[in-house]
Amino acid sequence: MTSQVSSPAGKSDEASEAVVGEQRAPHIAGAGGTEKEIRRLDRVIIRFAGDSGDGMQLTGDRFTSETASFGNDLSTLPNFPAEIRAPAGTLPGVSSFQLHFADHDILTPGDAPNVLVAMNPAALKANIADVPRGADIIVNTDEFTKRPMAKVGYAESPLEDGSLEAYNVHPVPLTTLTIEALKEFGLSRKEAERSKNMFALGLLSWMYNRPTEGTEKFLRSKFARKPEIAEANVAAFRAGWNFGETTEDFAVSYEVAPASQDFPTGTYRNISGNLALSYGLIAAGRQADLPVYLGSYPITPASDILHELSKHKNFGVRTFQAEDEIAGIGAALGASFGGSLGVTTTSGPGVALKSETIGLAVSLELPLLIIDIQRGGPSTGLPTKTEQADLLQAMYGRNGEAPVPIVAPRTPADCFDAALDAARIALTYRTPVFLLSDGYLANGSEPWRIPEADSLPDLRTRFATGPNHELADGTEVFWPYKRDPETLARPWAVPGTPGLEHRIGGIEKQDGTGNISYDPANHDFMVRTRQAKIDGIRVPDLEVDDPAGATTLVLGWGSTYGPITAAVRRLRAAGETIAQAHLRHLNPFPANLGEVLRRYDKVVVPEMNLGQLALLLRAKYLVDAQSFNQVNGMPFKAEQLATALKEAIDA
Amino acid sequence: MPDAHANELLQLVPRAEGKQSMKDFKSDQEVRWCPGCGDYAVLAAVQGFMPELGLAKENITFVSGIGCSSRFPYYMNTYGMHSIHGRAPSIATGLATSRRDLSVWVVTGDGDALSIGGNHLIHALRRNVNLKILLFNNRIYGLTKGQYSPTSEVGKITKSTPMGSLDAPFNPVSLALGAEASFVARTVDSDRKHLTSVLRAAADHPGTALVEIYQNCNIFNDGAFEVLKDKERAEEAVIRLEHGKPILFGSEENPKGVVRDPLTGDLAVVAVTEDNQSRILVHDAHNPSPTTAFALSRLADADTLHHTPIGVLRSVERPVYDSLMSDQLDAAIEQHGKGDLNTLLAGNDTWTVIG
Repeated sequence: MTSQVSSPAGKSDEASEAVVGEQRAPHIAGAGGTEKEIRRLDRVIIRFAGDSGDGMQLTGDRFTSETASFGNDLSTLPNFPAEIRAPAGTLPGVSSFQLHFADHDILTPGDAPNVLVAMNPAALKANIADVPRGADIIVNTDEFTKRPMAKVGYAESPLEDGSLEAYNVHPVPLTTLTIEALKEFGLSRKEAERSKNMFALGLLSWMYNRPTEGTEKFLRSKFARKPEIAEANVAAFRAGWNFGETTEDFAVSYEVAPASQDFPTGTYRNISGNLALSYGLIAAGRQADLPVYLGSYPITPASDILHELSKHKNFGVRTFQAEDEIAGIGAALGASFGGSLGVTTTSGPGVALKSETIGLAVSLELPLLIIDIQRGGPSTGLPTKTEQADLLQAMYGRNGEAPVPIVAPRTPADCFDAALDAARIALTYRTPVFLLSDGYLANGSEPWRIPEADSLPDLRTRFATGPNHELADGTEVFWPYKRDPETLARPWAVPGTPGLEHRIGGIEKQDGTGNISYDPANHDFMVRTRQAKIDGIRVPDLEVDDPAGATTLVLGWGSTYGPITAAVRRLRAAGETIAQAHLRHLNPFPANLGEVLRRYDKVVVPEMNLGQLALLLRAKYLVDAQSFNQVNGMPFKAEQLATALKEAIDA
Repeated sequence: MPDAHANELLQLVPRAEGKQSMKDFKSDQEVRWCPGCGDYAVLAAVQGFMPELGLAKENITFVSGIGCSSRFPYYMNTYGMHSIHGRAPSIATGLATSRRDLSVWVVTGDGDALSIGGNHLIHALRRNVNLKILLFNNRIYGLTKGQYSPTSEVGKITKSTPMGSLDAPFNPVSLALGAEASFVARTVDSDRKHLTSVLRAAADHPGTALVEIYQNCNIFNDGAFEVLKDKERAEEAVIRLEHGKPILFGSEENPKGVVRDPLTGDLAVVAVTEDNQSRILVHDAHNPSPTTAFALSRLADADTLHHTPIGVLRSVERPVYDSLMSDQLDAAIEQHGKGDLNTLLAGNDTWTVIG
């Protein structure tokens, strides 16, 4: 799922469920005196699930890091409730982390887990529907007592009533084993219990032959101030590993080889969307040679960008936690007026509050980045779940004719490039730009080939330094709205520049001079000119992946890239022909989009909304784009998309 | 001239090379307030004061919101932004905190600053961003043609309140003091000398300076401050505060003063007698505690405007947000070195794929 990796069509990846867990060249290895079988797999999907307080996100993160450093391709899907600590042991309190890793290039966190780790009855109940028959389920039996089971409506223990017969259940008393392993540490029962997630991580790390040094190092640094807690966690982690190695219940461990053949040469790291976006903003500041100024108000799932940028003040990055969303963008716009790269980060409800200021930025024609990490809506909606339903808000959610360019990253790592691209447009065209990420990209992660800083695009821009216009009487003057004939961008004259003092505002301005003007013809001209500037932004043509001359095109945007591409691979592996294209630029659209759409008999547009891109395509190009929609707060599953696309092909 | 030693932040702003005149600060735009509007007087006072301040005019920026007074930046030949309703303090905060070489002024009104923009105003004040906020208070909405404002007296008959307004008004000075303002002053549009002296003090203050300017709207609320302007009535109405001086007002025949009630600690207006002369409060604008300044702000009667203090109520030094932010950037470089993008992107956990 790396943006740099070309995705060879027709690969076996995700081509069908049958491939999952396919056994490759089994061999027996000696392990700690006992002979245990090691099987080779091409890919595995693991889901850790537990109570919000069980540390499942941390466990998933650590397993991901181990897997990344081992060199597998991977893709992750954290899934957690909006409540910090929902009532313990309840279904709404279940937090999970799914990780898909493989010896080859993969695109999604996977549809269905091969292994479910259920730390309590609620975690089992909330996740069992997603687990295919035959999969491994590791349960913490200590939690399957009367009260916790009753809480989620299990009258009888599912471990004993035969309801899990179709699965390969591994009952493990995780809590007891953890407490036992830590009895030398003099911790209270409660304290010792808290390390049970590390025991589970140790067990899974053994099962999949993960490297362990990173986790031990991580624990020692995380608990540097409490060395006894650090050592207890390391001990629990090792106990879990040893448990796997010695107990007979786990007869087999698995290997998933590094995915090196599918990765171009380079140095890699694992990266989440929000981190990649943060780095992209810092990189944009460097490439533009401008200080970055982030004005923001905390909101899920965007706050991590504020946190991350706040850590990098030594790059000259200023972060301002404002009193509200409006002040966040206001400060960013004020900084842009002063010659900074102004940025504001938010999610849908915040965009609604910022609308008026975005309109002002359109009118002032100043560079400004508006980062919207979309989440479920309307209103507060589903703060921790993903959705793509802010497209029309970004496109049209302002008073008056107020066009704003929109770019959308397609994978977590791609957020880095998208941030640079958004900055390019903002700086070149002197305009606010929307970057539409979402909760899935923000928290999901994948390997990323680390770029060389010197290979990044040059984003340097010029401030105005002197007069740009000669009056009839020969006087040289500065006109703040005299445009560059090619880009239609106006000059950026920052305070402190002698002789260029000027006033700008949200009232309609006279073309050229920028003075207040209520002249009807001038307003008509300015409205059309602002639109023409955005329409004229140079964006690359849309590339279509169509190896076999298909008649059906699937077109997506944003984070659906992974699931759509996986579905397309499945279909092609099954002998179907289908073309695929994915939009990075939603405003303006690539110049060849209309021509591409007309080339196909059928156009299918999967979106995590009720058809917002499809609406734009129908309106602009008069094509009969068919929507395939899902708004359940989760990314598409490849299988479900493949089925829908097959129906479209056959229709 | 502002004392450069008193305000180190002013030294960050480049000074004008030659001598400036009021004309240098007039833009080529025709001033479009209603004839007779108090805004003209304030504009003239500000344009007249700027040469005295002596800063390079390209390093001065006026930011405003929406309302009659917010047209102000168009008439100043400096950098300027006429923004959106209520948001000027936030925009100015971004500008000031990213450009410490600028002198940033906010022009706002009672509706802009205290209704729609109330949140931004109080947060700018508590942060102590280096902004000079001129709050034109005419106790009415002018640009929307005459609705009551958050400073209008209770019972105000307007188009939107034909039976009288119901809301209790804000006292902007009390509000600012409650919001931790480090500098709060009040002045009157028609008193050029006093207005200029307050501007001088505000410009010299490091941090947020809030200046409430009573301003007459001759169309929708004419004469709202007449009691403070009419020579005879002003004697009873206006209390001129001067740091270090006893708080005295009234006429020669009938002198009045402000004393502290020893029982409640509250302030009271008394007729000055030989007995109580020694008890007259001496104004201390630099008192770290805002308590007395607040009590002074409460002396005024919202309806009659009797006992309205004008002048600098509070002027204390406390850390300025812009400087603190800038210091953190310097400290980060000191602690971690100047940021290196390659190092940042690589992180601590990498692997290499060899072709």
